Amino acid sequence: MTTPPSISGRRLGRTTSRRAAEAVVRGLIYFCGWLAIIILAAIAGFLLWNALRAINEAGVGSMLSGTAWYPTSSPGKFGMLPLIIGSLFVTGVALLVCVPVGVGAALYISEFSDRRVKEVMKTIIEFMAAVPSVVYGLIGVAVLIPLVKSVFVLDSGMTALTGGIVLGVMSIPTVISISEDALHAVPSDLRRGSAALGNTRWQTTYKVTLPAAGSGIFAATMLGLGRAIGETMAVLMLTGNAAIMPGSPLESVRTMTGTIAAEMGEVVQGGLHYSVLFAVGLVLFIITFTINLAADMVLERQRKRWRR
Amino acid sequence: MNLKKYLASGLAIAMLAGTVALAGCTAEEEPTTEEPAAGETVELEGSITVQGSDTLLNVATAWSDGFMDANPGVDISVQGGGSGTGIAALINGTAEFANASRGIKDEEITEAEANGVDPVEHKVAIDGIAVVVNPANDVEELTLEQLGQIFRGEITNWKDVGGADKQIVLLSRDSSSGTYEYFKEEVVAAEDENAEYAASAKLLPSNQAIADEVAANEAGIGYIGLGYLTDDVSVVAIDGVKASIETATDGSYPISRYLYMYSNGEVDGVMQAYLDWILGAEGQQLVEDEGFVPLP
Repeated sequence: MTTPPSISGRRLGRTTSRRAAEAVVRGLIYFCGWLAIIILAAIAGFLLWNALRAINEAGVGSMLSGTAWYPTSSPGKFGMLPLIIGSLFVTGVALLVCVPVGVGAALYISEFSDRRVKEVMKTIIEFMAAVPSVVYGLIGVAVLIPLVKSVFVLDSGMTALTGGIVLGVMSIPTVISISEDALHAVPSDLRRGSAALGNTRWQTTYKVTLPAAGSGIFAATMLGLGRAIGETMAVLMLTGNAAIMPGSPLESVRTMTGTIAAEMGEVVQGGLHYSVLFAVGLVLFIITFTINLAADMVLERQRKRWRR
Repeated sequence: MNLKKYLASGLAIAMLAGTVALAGCTAEEEPTTEEPAAGETVELEGSITVQGSDTLLNVATAWSDGFMDANPGVDISVQGGGSGTGIAALINGTAEFANASRGIKDEEITEAEANGVDPVEHKVAIDGIAVVVNPANDVEELTLEQLGQIFRGEITNWKDVGGADKQIVLLSRDSSSGTYEYFKEEVVAAEDENAEYAASAKLLPSNQAIADEVAANEAGIGYIGLGYLTDDVSVVAIDGVKASIETATDGSYPISRYLYMYSNGEVDGVMQAYLDWILGAEGQQLVEDEGFVPLP
């Protein structure tokens, strides 16, 4: 769309002070952008620097492939494979819970509910996001651990499943609000066009609106994943923290975050155990970074496809 | 709309407050709001930071409350987190006293010296580590040998020690706990010092968490300090002796130990006064009140 000449004429006549203000703001935005990148790089560098001793003394290969985690034995055993697998198990369960429920709720709020229901639901979701994770953990201890134990007839209810369900519930608000934004951003013209072709509201939703908002919903899933893999308190309380190689989600697991949280307080700064915990942090950082990078690449490809 | 938001945040704050109160049993600072009464002569002044053993936490809190009542000019903050945490805090210079339910390790002494810290040991109480199972479990006695086999994962079914045909659920403290270390030394690795806890042992963050899980799980077995015993769990006799204040005092119970406080160098001033008070009649009475064993 071209700008009418009268408006563009006024634009050309902008005062110097306005132009200066614009330059300042532009500079500020550049600065903040670069600052974020620098902080991220500094975090990576800090993790790597503190993990160096572990990398030299315990060895990357034996840490990543080792299956025995006894950090306080002498000599300590620092096999973190059970922790990595444990984290992935819990996160996988969490995704199975939060994606269907979250996307379903977002679709309902955005496409089917009336305005009043929408307002109430949004308030409830905001509240869900504000509840601290230790509260979710306590509810999990009181309700979910005995429930999982009796439903699956297990010896103990402290399992990857228990932790995953609670993490999934904790991630639901993130998934709902981002998915809802994505659905909201789909132009109404598309819906009306679909309706004009004789589609029902439901057909419009799953054939037109949902695919159009696909990249946003994918982003919501990735953010939910990020929340789940990085959560600490609830998994520490619910998963049992046994560093075994889990064969199924119905076994106890020890996650990377739970391990760092449980053990960081006891280590002496600069010691080997301290350094190994930073190595665990580094692995977590790399995994999260890779997932986000992959997600970005998928999103970018989708965006290109939609532009054509 | 606004009202809804206020209600929501009010609820959130209320829940948070409840959580903090509940979490208080693991690692909370004891607020110190006592003001010296006007006209009273304040002899002692200063502040002391204490951190460490979760087992000692209840006693340590009672000590700090009692001492601050008697000496309003003194501020004592007490935190839990585990013996390893406390000793690390002493070495890192963030705590003046480290509470520990085990002796300091050689590696820790080396690390302390490297950081210019000279840990000095003070025995403050005695504790028996009670082995507990669910009241519905009819196993009433184990030998020390069997206990080691259970926690090493060599015996995995209750029927092998005279109980029901049920998988044993192992509950242990996490590795920052002194009780974990002590139990490992005396029970798990009693014969072979390279022996480890079974990897399937669930590591829980506090004595209370173990007591709660044992109370809820019929197949569970765990170990806790004497001060955490309740009627919801039943104590297993080890080699024929049940953990109690009497058996820990006379030394007949095999898994009992000293509880320690460590300081950097010899103590003086307000820290000396605090330690003297703990070792005195009032301090040792509190040890007994909290279910532990006073020093002889």
